[in-house]
Amino acid sequence: MVKALDRKLWRDLLRLRGQMLTIALVVAAGIAAFVTLRGTYTSLQDARAAYYERQRFADVFARLERGPSSLLSSLEQIPGVSRAEGRIAKPAMMPLADVREPLRALVVSERAEGLTTLNQLHLREGRWLWPGRSEEVLLLESFARARQVKPGDRLPVVLNGKKREVRVAGIVMSPEYVFAIAAGDVSPDPERFAVLWMDEEALSATFEMQGAFNSVALALQPGASERAVIDALDRQLEPYGGTGAYGVGKQPSNWAIEGELAQLESMSTVLPVIFLLVASLLVNVVLSRLVHLQRPEIATLKAVGYSDLEVGLHFFELVLVILVLGAGLGLGVGVYFGGVMIDLYEVYFKFPNLAFSLDGKSAALAVLISVGAALLGAFSAVRSVVALPPAEAMQPPRPARYRRSIVDVLGLARAVGPSLHMMVRELERRPFRTVFSAVAIGVSIGLMVIGGWYYDAVRDLVHTSFHEAMREDVTVAFIEARPARAVSELKHTPGVLGAEGLRAVPVRFRSGHAHRDAVLLGYPEGGELRQLRDRYARVAPLPPDGVVLTDVLCDILDVRVGDRVEVDIHAGERGKKSLVVSGTVDEAMGLQGHMTASSLARFLGEPPKVDLALLRVDPDRSEALDARLKDLPYVASVTRRADLLTRFESQSAGMITTMAVIIMLFAATITIGVVYNNARVALALRARDLASLRVLGFTRGEISAILLGEMALQVLLALPIGVWVGDWLVNALASLVDPEQWRMPIIITARSYAIALLVALTAAAVSALLVRRRLDHLDLIGVLKTRE
Amino acid sequence: MSAPSPNPVLEGRTLTKVYRMGDVDVHALRGVDMYLYPGELVVLLGPSGSGKSTLLNILGGLDIPTSGTVVYRDHDLTAADARALTRYRREHVGFVFQFYNLIPSLTARENVALVTEISDDPLAPEEALALVGLDERLDHFPSQLSGGEQQRVAIARAVAKRPDLLLCDEPTGALDYQTGVVVLEVIETVNRELGTTTAVITHNAPVAAMADRVVTLGDGRVTSEVRNAERRSARELRW
Repeated sequence: MVKALDRKLWRDLLRLRGQMLTIALVVAAGIAAFVTLRGTYTSLQDARAAYYERQRFADVFARLERGPSSLLSSLEQIPGVSRAEGRIAKPAMMPLADVREPLRALVVSERAEGLTTLNQLHLREGRWLWPGRSEEVLLLESFARARQVKPGDRLPVVLNGKKREVRVAGIVMSPEYVFAIAAGDVSPDPERFAVLWMDEEALSATFEMQGAFNSVALALQPGASERAVIDALDRQLEPYGGTGAYGVGKQPSNWAIEGELAQLESMSTVLPVIFLLVASLLVNVVLSRLVHLQRPEIATLKAVGYSDLEVGLHFFELVLVILVLGAGLGLGVGVYFGGVMIDLYEVYFKFPNLAFSLDGKSAALAVLISVGAALLGAFSAVRSVVALPPAEAMQPPRPARYRRSIVDVLGLARAVGPSLHMMVRELERRPFRTVFSAVAIGVSIGLMVIGGWYYDAVRDLVHTSFHEAMREDVTVAFIEARPARAVSELKHTPGVLGAEGLRAVPVRFRSGHAHRDAVLLGYPEGGELRQLRDRYARVAPLPPDGVVLTDVLCDILDVRVGDRVEVDIHAGERGKKSLVVSGTVDEAMGLQGHMTASSLARFLGEPPKVDLALLRVDPDRSEALDARLKDLPYVASVTRRADLLTRFESQSAGMITTMAVIIMLFAATITIGVVYNNARVALALRARDLASLRVLGFTRGEISAILLGEMALQVLLALPIGVWVGDWLVNALASLVDPEQWRMPIIITARSYAIALLVALTAAAVSALLVRRRLDHLDLIGVLKTRE
Repeated sequence: MSAPSPNPVLEGRTLTKVYRMGDVDVHALRGVDMYLYPGELVVLLGPSGSGKSTLLNILGGLDIPTSGTVVYRDHDLTAADARALTRYRREHVGFVFQFYNLIPSLTARENVALVTEISDDPLAPEEALALVGLDERLDHFPSQLSGGEQQRVAIARAVAKRPDLLLCDEPTGALDYQTGVVVLEVIETVNRELGTTTAVITHNAPVAAMADRVVTLGDGRVTSEVRNAERRSARELRW
């Protein structure tokens, strides 16, 4: 049987449904943020862990020039190593008939099914390679899907300078290419980067690597020291041109996933806390006001024999309903947006089984946190209910105490008029509520600024990295470094208006115990197409000698201008040398060293060479140029800057827009929650005052202005707070990005601020309009008849 | 006050109450003795600010005196904690207030059920409402009832638990004459038919004629106590 007190609860809820709903929305936003981000984090992590374990992802990786297969058994003798597997990995080029540029590829040796024990492939379609079939390949699924290649199709590929045709036996996924990005690219491009696996014997014959390997993967025993194994491995591989081993943390694909997971983990803590804190304070404000308004009812309940606890619990049940509503909505929305985020991540991360799933523990934690937040908010209000002596509750509340406001102090009372004066006094009378409301709305604005910042930062990165730093129309990458005259040859190719070269040497910089793998770039003197530029696109000076390092790299190596840095050269005539740091540059991406081409050639002890040719082309003759480039066997890839930009923007646009919209929706709930509840509470408390004004002759518009003017003042106070909070949040989020990969620019355009402020003002206006309707229906006579 | 007759239901001795209102001390009661005997109807007369409501609140366990004692059938209420006072109100006292204090979101029947659901042997809500002549208005909300009807619902709520004491604070204060008489008739009926010890506070002197005993308060003290030789019915009262 439903008790009378329960009926009162439900009817109170119905009467206050607007307020309850808006608070529930804030609770829901907090829970949804937690569920979405935490769920995405655990889903990605679980998918990765399961995939790596199933496919026996290696722990340590290394490349070398060439080592005999017999070396593998001694590598397995390194303490801590349980298995070592060698393979051949070579760059290739794919001149597809329907694509005008040659596409970059990597070809890796693969044993017949069952013999590969590390980094096992996952067959998605077709079959495994049959032994002895030299014309068969397995193809990376992301490329196959992008290019609609099926098992049985034939593809042209240039291996070791010779063009041949291969047949796709199967489509596969690889744990090494979850994030499939070609060296030097800024984002994965499945259409333009292929990985093929070919029979080991066939590939070794093609590259004259019989009985040899140039890439090795190690599995470690449990508890083994990765550092010790890497050091030992480097020592053993050095005579064979080892380029420096790295652990799974630095494996390129896994490194990208790690970076993403780290950001998700941080955000899944910070964002929900913000929402739930606001919800907690809203609960406090609304419940306190409700208790104040229901003093006579509280007195009656206690008078007729309900205990303090029973009455207190009755009010707490109101909060429970908000919680249940908010939790239910939040879980549902969180799961939905989690699915959306996983779909977005699937564009970049290729797992065989990636799906959003919310484990019971995370869901329970989400609900528990929101219960805690609500308890916190309700505590003081419920405590006041419990403590209120019934006799005191019988008394009408003492008249509110007002003081001279700042308007009085400044002598502006006459100038501002009574209406504005009333607003200011009311705001000053409740400083906590005023400050909290302004801060909460400010936080909401700050959150919305994040969405705009993300958009602005990516645009700035694109502008700096593509528009400013890359002035060429076409970038030609060679399979191996070529003599500098290759650039002159290309310059004379029909359609080419200008050509410059760029040397790019893979190196390891070392200083003391610190080291990093990076690229050493050599710029042509007087070159214009690629110059050393900082993150603000300003040209940085290149001294004639020494090396200019990325400032983050200097920090990692703990070197300054004038210090020497050790350099392990991983290409050409390998060796270990040292360079003087002649400058530092604040770059937006990656870790690089920069020198003039001639200085670099001297350093390497070889004639000037180039790895990239940078071309300015005549747009009317680009097709002929493409055909010519496709025929050159030493060309690995051809990239058009315009296409690169278009692809990057189309890939990132979806993610950016989705994130910005989600953030705006969530953040707007805070503004609506705060403004609406404040207005409703103010109306409830001041209905008598406002009705008195109406009796005295004030119009509906004038009393609306008084009530809503207070809200407007709070929103105005919130604007500078929002700007400050936005700046702070942006800086905090930017610091979450791995600085070795990207340095997110702290750029917030006026437009981003304007959008954030506009959304906040719109949310406030909508709330105000909803309350205004109630103001218009104020019962003047009824309100004046109730006792003071 | 004169010496008490044997076995009062409720005894209040030398009760004082001081309220702190901002920077001011208000002496609402200055040493009041008060006794309530079984089945009697007592009227507490006095002007506004004489301490009537304060005395009633203390006797009803809603407030505690600054000094003095209140004993209900051998239970010392002044030594009782909040839990004990709640139990006292729950089991033994029915209240009627000047402004009804109904729960606006509950119907007449539900307002009475509020009390019957926490009582051991109550009247059914319908029975209590029939006693006050509102059996046709069971499912109306307070906003749909007149002042007199609301007050009758409040009386029904107060008596539904079969209290030993019925304490009424200005029950007709917000009502016109005719409605006021109706309400007083109900109180009279309850006192007579249920035998409930009843105390009625009023500033309206003619109401005193319906009482067994009239206690007058002024400035926080008992200024007189009179036993009526004969009780007038509520219908005969004029003001």
